[in-house]
Amino acid sequence: MKFGVIIFPGSNCEHDVYHTIGKVLQQPVEFIWHQSRDLAGCDAVIVPGGFAYGDYLRTGAIARFSPVMEAVNRFAARDGLVLGICNGFQILLEAGLLPGAMLRNKGLKYVCRHVYVRVEAADTPFTSRAQKGQVLCIPVGHMEGNYFVDSETLQQLENNHQVIFRYSSAEGEITEAVNPNGSLANIAGICNHSRNVLGMMPHPERASEAILGSDEGLIIFESMVSALVHSQ
Amino acid sequence: MKAKVFVSLKKSVLDPQGKTIHTSLRNLGYSSVEDVRQGKFFEISLDSSLSRLDAQKEVERIARSVLTNPVIEEFSYEIE
Repeated sequence: MKFGVIIFPGSNCEHDVYHTIGKVLQQPVEFIWHQSRDLAGCDAVIVPGGFAYGDYLRTGAIARFSPVMEAVNRFAARDGLVLGICNGFQILLEAGLLPGAMLRNKGLKYVCRHVYVRVEAADTPFTSRAQKGQVLCIPVGHMEGNYFVDSETLQQLENNHQVIFRYSSAEGEITEAVNPNGSLANIAGICNHSRNVLGMMPHPERASEAILGSDEGLIIFESMVSALVHSQ
Repeated sequence: MKAKVFVSLKKSVLDPQGKTIHTSLRNLGYSSVEDVRQGKFFEISLDSSLSRLDAQKEVERIARSVLTNPVIEEFSYEIE
């Protein structure tokens, strides 16, 4: 089993993810440069947060054309596990691996704080170790996290149970007051139809050890490890 | 040959920046302003040997595949 963490010019969360996989979970992990045309035999790929290509044009818009993204597309089409975190989520949206787009936060402010998200489905390789309805405390840090999609696609996402995380209160209530960015239907994370590609705005790697204030994000990486062990 | 491409959020998409600018304009006393939408403007220099039709096709391809995200944005352009 081997995890790959992609680095674009402007990524800035790759070392945190690398640390979580390599040191906290003691699993093999390596970096993959954006110019790479293959994924170095990795069994799961993480597109980390940051400001890939300075977020020029639109968040994720330039990163999407990197050589490595062709390999990620092929990997995803073969049911490989792909996790996009924050800017990584934005890149997966621009690449068309997930539906929808990100708008600027409704409050026009960069939001950087711990939030609660409710796990909406546990039947994914990213949430199998969690319970449906479980609330996780994980930080967000973004300017464009206001998820948008047309109403027809939103309905499809809901019908197929592709909404995996929603912003909630600590008790798991979904209200407008706990929505940090104006995201449609309080969406914090979605997966694709085959459930092997997940994008989420909160940063689970920043909540992977008690010393960071929360280790409730670790469950996402633990779920991925379980999925990979299971598939071997 | 130059192409001017204007990108804006679709009418159906909330534009918080435009709304904020609108509010500021109203506060400054520009009471005739009914709405503001913020967008992007690109000036693209093209090989002048291109025919006008080819230039149009090229600009549309560029606008569709790179300059806009069709989920939230639309575009218009001029060629001069």
